[in-house]
Amino acid sequence: MAFLLELTLYLLPTSRFARLARKVGADMIEFQNVTKRFPDGSFAVKDFSLVVPSRKVTVFVGSSGAGKTTLLRMINRMVNPTSGKVLIDGEDVAELDPVALRRKIGYVLQATGLLPHRRIIDNVSSVPRLNGVPKKKAREDALTLLDTVGLDRSLADRYPDQLSGGQQQRVGVARALASDPNIMLMDEPFGAVDPIVRLELQEEINRLQRELHKTMVFVTHNIDEAFAIADQVVILKSGGEIAQVGTPEEILSKPVDDFVSTFIGADKGKRTLHLKQGEDGVTVIVDDEGRPAGILGDAE
Amino acid sequence: MQNEEFWMSWLFENFDLVASLTLNHAALSFTPIFLGFVIALVLGWTANRWLLFRSWIIAGGSILYTIPSLPLFVILPYLLGTRITDERNIIVALTIYALAILIRTVADAFAAVPTDAIEASRAIGYSSWNRFWHVEFPLAGPVLLAGLRVVSASTIALVSVGAIIGSANLGYLFTNGKQRDFLDMILIGIGASFLIALVFDIVLVLLGRVLMPWNKRTSLITNGRRILSTKGA
Ligand SMILES: Nc1ncnc2c1ncn2[C@@H]1O[C@H](COP(=O)(O)OP(=O)(O)OP(=O)(O)O)[C@@H](O)[C@H]1O
Ligand SMILES: [Mg+2]
Repeated sequence: MAFLLELTLYLLPTSRFARLARKVGADMIEFQNVTKRFPDGSFAVKDFSLVVPSRKVTVFVGSSGAGKTTLLRMINRMVNPTSGKVLIDGEDVAELDPVALRRKIGYVLQATGLLPHRRIIDNVSSVPRLNGVPKKKAREDALTLLDTVGLDRSLADRYPDQLSGGQQQRVGVARALASDPNIMLMDEPFGAVDPIVRLELQEEINRLQRELHKTMVFVTHNIDEAFAIADQVVILKSGGEIAQVGTPEEILSKPVDDFVSTFIGADKGKRTLHLKQGEDGVTVIVDDEGRPAGILGDAE
Repeated sequence: MQNEEFWMSWLFENFDLVASLTLNHAALSFTPIFLGFVIALVLGWTANRWLLFRSWIIAGGSILYTIPSLPLFVILPYLLGTRITDERNIIVALTIYALAILIRTVADAFAAVPTDAIEASRAIGYSSWNRFWHVEFPLAGPVLLAGLRVVSASTIALVSVGAIIGSANLGYLFTNGKQRDFLDMILIGIGASFLIALVFDIVLVLLGRVLMPWNKRTSLITNGRRILSTKGA
């Protein structure tokens, strides 16, 4: 059986094989000893290595200046590492054309980054339009995407400043999804909204991920948010130093050191977290008052 | 009273002359405004992109503006190899002035484009070319438009100077009216010149409304004033 598969792959032209592999969906990201040093001599990230597993949500969490954004931006070449490599499915991104690479990767920015002079529908369809998708088709797809992220279609013709912060964030997510990328980068996408909307948006991400299975790298400095959406949590100290990597469960149950304990607030006795089996096989994290603090793992 | 009837009958009798002078005046104004804008766009964008050039380009613009217009009209034929009566001299001279006024405005317009929007478009895969046309240029648009409105008015006024080298524009009514001590002719010239400026301004504002539907601040009067007052500051 394995032999047959190998033979088939051998017979397939390489380009088609590559495309197949992409469809089948590796989209694994690997940081290999990545360092980013700025001209002033300071290190944003120092010798960072990590495997971001395919089709899972990896969350970088750490305090301000820890290097989260820098790490994220090295994936789509918005920042080039001083040394080390970032690989996507084994391919060094440094060898890829940055514009083409960025169009294949969905990116949701900290401050929404919507284009103020374009209607919502045109913001969402920007990347498909750049890729030459006809306007009509791109706009139809954009409307469907508004449904996907839970926005009313009547907002399509508005400008970004005519939307609430939470709505704008959803548009940002819709725009990132528009070219159906396999990789999604999200840099504190919900930083600017109130806690309730934030919870809603986290739910939305979990729902989307259950449907779409992207390789998602999500940045936040809110540990609750990290636990709410992550398959893999990466807790960062300054300089991009990894304090601990693991599933939310592992980190909650076995924090490796005081830094992590302090970070997750477990030491303060402020809240004891328990795991509870919810409906649909979802594992819910609840605090001692029984309020859900997040959800563990995948729905399936 | 009699005077009023007199200028009206003069205008009536010479309507063809005034109309053709007006059209030529408008045509002569359009080219320098357009060329000045295009060149300023390139220079202003460059000044903003490579900060190294910024002070040089902006200083260059200011120096251009200090060239007195009369000698320029006299010198240009030698520089360009044109005949002194050639209207291309006027076009080049006025393009230089348009450029001088616009360079700084263009550089400021691009500097004022929100960095968020630029960064975001870069991050989702706009090439520099796409970014210029789809992000920077439109977002710089309102300030560019304000600058264009100032340049449009000043160019239309300056074109008349070309009459001294024999250009058939409304300036002819000024020089000729002066020689004949015929004030009404001058006033008619001023009126027609004002009319051109008004039409150009309305066209610019309407263009702005059509091309920049997101920008609700372009009004007929305030925008031109705003840029004039910031220029003085
Ligand atoms: N262009 C630059 N030049 C010099 N230092 C920089 C530059 N960009 C970032 N840094 C530094 O690198 C470090 C990491 O920055 P980064 O933006 O990755 O942090 P972050 O974890 O995303 O922080 P935040 O949570 O505040 O967004 C910071 O100390 C920052 O000051
Ligand atoms: Mg950041």
